[in-house]
Amino acid sequence: MKKILMIAVSAVLLAASVCTASAMTLNAAGATFPYPLYSKWFYSYARQTGTKINYAAIGSGAGIQQIEARTVDFGCSDAPLSGAEQSKNNLFMFPTVGGAVAMTYNLPGVRTGLKLLPSTIADIYLGKIRKWNDPEITRLNPGINFPNMPVIVVHRSDGSGTTNIFTWFLSDVSPEWRQRVGSGTSVNWPVGLGGKGNQGVAGTIQKTRGTFGYVELAYVLQSGMTYAAIRNSSGNWVYPTLANAREAASHAKIPANFYIKFTNAPGKNSYPIAGFTFMLVPKNLAPAKAAAVKSYVRWAYTNGDRDALSLDYVPLPAKLKARILNELNRQVR
Amino acid sequence: MAEQLSRKKIISPEKIFMGMTGLFSLSVLLISVVVVYELFSASEPAFHKFGLKFLITKEWDPVQKVYGALPFIWGTFYTSLLALLIALPVSLGIAIFLSELAPAWLRSSAGFLIELLAAIPSLIFGLWGLFVLSPILQQYIEPPLSNLSWLPFFTGYPLGLGFLNAGLLLAVMIIPTISSISRDVMYTVPANQREGGLALGMTRWEVVSKVVIPNSRSGILGAVVLGLGRALGETMAVTMVIGNTPQFSLSLLDPGYTISSVIANQFTEAFDKLQISALVELGLILFVISVIINAFAKLLMLRMNRFSGGARI
Repeated sequence: MKKILMIAVSAVLLAASVCTASAMTLNAAGATFPYPLYSKWFYSYARQTGTKINYAAIGSGAGIQQIEARTVDFGCSDAPLSGAEQSKNNLFMFPTVGGAVAMTYNLPGVRTGLKLLPSTIADIYLGKIRKWNDPEITRLNPGINFPNMPVIVVHRSDGSGTTNIFTWFLSDVSPEWRQRVGSGTSVNWPVGLGGKGNQGVAGTIQKTRGTFGYVELAYVLQSGMTYAAIRNSSGNWVYPTLANAREAASHAKIPANFYIKFTNAPGKNSYPIAGFTFMLVPKNLAPAKAAAVKSYVRWAYTNGDRDALSLDYVPLPAKLKARILNELNRQVR
Repeated sequence: MAEQLSRKKIISPEKIFMGMTGLFSLSVLLISVVVVYELFSASEPAFHKFGLKFLITKEWDPVQKVYGALPFIWGTFYTSLLALLIALPVSLGIAIFLSELAPAWLRSSAGFLIELLAAIPSLIFGLWGLFVLSPILQQYIEPPLSNLSWLPFFTGYPLGLGFLNAGLLLAVMIIPTISSISRDVMYTVPANQREGGLALGMTRWEVVSKVVIPNSRSGILGAVVLGLGRALGETMAVTMVIGNTPQFSLSLLDPGYTISSVIANQFTEAFDKLQISALVELGLILFVISVIINAFAKLLMLRMNRFSGGARI
C-alpha cells in the first residue's frame, strides 16, 4: 500500500516538473484599454507555443506600481512613462498597439458628420462655447439647423488612457487648455459631466439630449454612435477611421525612449486624436523570462495585426516594429 | 483515575472551542486595526502636504497635484441625506402596512419581494439609473422642477444625472434595509399592548402612532443607521448616475461627486503618488464618518432605551 502511494506521488511530481519545464508562464498586469486584444493574442500565442501569459487588467497606474515592485514579469500602461521614470525603475518601454478617440454627440436630427475645428472642441471643453447654435459651430455646418440648447460636455470620470490622448490633443491645439488644464489620465475639467468608463460616457451621451463627448473609436463603431469629422493639421476634414489613425501613427516622431505621442499629427488624412498603449519590461528580467517576452513580442508584431484590425485597434507601422524589436534585443538581456 | 481522565476529556474540547471562537473574534479586531494603520500610513504624504486644509479646499487637480476633499465629503453627505429623506417615510409606511394592516397572505409575499430588492447588485441599479431613470428625469421631472429655480435646490440645467438621480437611486437601495428591519421590530411589539390600546378605544392609527412606533423607536433608529451606512459607502450605482463633477452645490439638478466614487474612478489609473495618497486619505475620512455615525447611533439608542424601556432588537 505504502509503495503504491509513493509511486503515485513520485509520478505526480515527475509529471508536474515535466510540465513546468516545457511550458513557461509569464505574469503581467496593467492597462484595460488593450485587454480585449491582448487576451486574444495571449490565447493564440499559448496555443501555438505553449507559453502562457496571465494578464490582470487592473488599470495602468496599478500596472506601473506592480512592475516597479517587480511582482509581475511585465506591465502595461496606456499613458507612457517619462524617460526619467523609465530609467529610475530600470524599465524598457515600447508601444504595442494604438487606438483612436472619436468625438460623439446626441443632437436630435443631426447624424454622423458634424464638422468641428480642433479649436472649437477645445473651446467647448473650456466652457467658452456653451450653446449648440454658437456661430463657431453653425458657420462650419451650414446645412444643419442647430437648436438653442446648451452643450452638455461629457468626459471620462475614471482615470484613463483615452483621456490622456484626448487632453494631449487639446493641449496641442489650444494654448489656453495647455496652460489652464494640461494633460493626463485624469484632469481638472473646467466643465462637464463625468461618466465611468467608455460605457458610462457612451450611455450618458446616448440617453441625454444635447451631449458632446469623447469615446474610444472601437466602442463608437461597435455601438453605432454618431461621430464628428475634424479638420486635421493639413486642413482636411477627417473621420475617425482605422486607416486615418494608421496614417497619423506613421507620421509619429520616435524618440529613443519610445515616449511616442502623435496627436494632431501631420499627413494628408491623419486623424488628429490617436495614440499608442505601452508595455514595460524590466531590463534585468531573468534570462529565461526575458527570452519568452521577446519571442512573444516578435510573435505579436508578426501575427497580431489581423486581430488588431478586426477589433478596431491601430497596428504599429512596420518600420517602428523593426526598430522596437532591435532595441528590445539590445536593452533587455 | 478514570473519572479524572473523562473529566479532562470533557473540559479540553470546551477550552479549545472557547479559544478558537475567541481567536475568530479577535481576528475581526485585528483586521480593523490593520485597516486603520494602513489608511493612516498610506495617507501620510497627502496629510503632510495639505494638512487640515484638505478637508475644506475645493480643488481636485491631478495635473497640478493639488487635492481637496470638500466636494466629495459634501456629495457623500448630501446624497445620503436625500436618500434618507426619501426612504424613511416610504420604509416606515411599508413596515406599518406589513406589520399592522396587511392581510396575512400579503405579508409574506410582499415582504419577500422587498427583501429581494436588497439582493439586486448595485451595478444593476446603476445601469438602470443611467439608462432608464436619467432620460425620464431629464425630460419629464427636472424641467418642471427647474421652474422653481428661485429656490437654491432647483437651479441649473436639467441633465438627468446628478444629486436627484443619485438620491433617488440610493433611496430605492436602502428602502429594503430600513423597511424590513423596521417591520421585524414592529412584529416584536407584544400583542397584548396593541390589544390594550384597542380596548381603551384607540383607533388603528392611534395604536400605530402611540403604541407600536414608540415601542420600536430604537429598532427603527438602528435600521436607519444601517441604511445610512449603505448609502454612505455605495459606490458603483452612484458613480454611474451622479455625474462625477467635483463641485459644492445645493441644487438637486447639479452633478456632484462622492468619496467612494472618486476612489473607484481614479485609484486604478492614478500615476501620481500624491494622488494615490489623497485618495487613501479620502478613504480614511469615509471610515471616520462611518465610525462617528455608528457611535452616535449607539449612544442615541442607549439613551432611548434607558428612558422608554422600549423594544430592543
